[in-house]
Amino acid sequence: MEQKTKINAEDGKQDLLIIREFDLPIDLLFKAYTEAEFVEQWMGTKVLKLENKNHGSYQFETSYNGNVVFKANGTIHESVENQTIIRTFEMENMPIDVQLEFLEFEKLSDERSKLTIQIIYKSEKHRAEQLKLPFAYGINMAHDKLQEILMNQK
Amino acid sequence: MNLRRDVFQALADPTRRSILLLVASQSLTAGAIASNFDTARPTVSKHLQILTECDLLKQEQKGREIYYQINPNKMKEVADFIEPFRLMWEERFNKLETVMKNYKSKK
Repeated sequence: MEQKTKINAEDGKQDLLIIREFDLPIDLLFKAYTEAEFVEQWMGTKVLKLENKNHGSYQFETSYNGNVVFKANGTIHESVENQTIIRTFEMENMPIDVQLEFLEFEKLSDERSKLTIQIIYKSEKHRAEQLKLPFAYGINMAHDKLQEILMNQK
Repeated sequence: MNLRRDVFQALADPTRRSILLLVASQSLTAGAIASNFDTARPTVSKHLQILTECDLLKQEQKGREIYYQINPNKMKEVADFIEPFRLMWEERFNKLETVMKNYKSKK
């Protein structure tokens, strides 16, 4: 399967880059981030608030069987239609702290667009916590010797 | 998504982990790898194919033989936990694309 999403996380840094090209016109890509009904669909979360404007803010919440399992919020520093969103993002009750996100929307053609997200964490350690998170939900590969090899490959 | 090519799905299998351990220190041919297991040769070939498809193994042609060796870059990615994070975004963005395409066709 083709890898459409690229992640660039350099050693010793506290930021990372997420790059993805979409088979979508730029206005639809931008709408996916700025209109609550679309955010809800692709993020799989409930949007309590989404003020897409300079100095606006947003709040997401996901419930499962009546319990809130995910809460996130942030402020939107700057929003320029079909170009840029600069915002903070915080997952509540997580050891990752607040992150600063620069979203750059780029038109490639009438039907294609590109999104580059730079995320800056509080420290390199906070970035590592973020990277580990999906791993915890993945398959547990508690195989000591393999782990050892993985470490030696570093 | 083709689960076979998911790196963590690949690592979930004990035989495949054993294969990685075998080739970690030296490159080996499929025959040499298979001789370490009781399983049938085609089964080992299938495992090698899966490990190669998800980039955990690299193939190298030496004369008439193909040697398998570990791909340190991919192993490092796994060790750095980047791959599951990337897969999470890949799935999320695929969904975004589907949602917006559906909206576009309804307009």
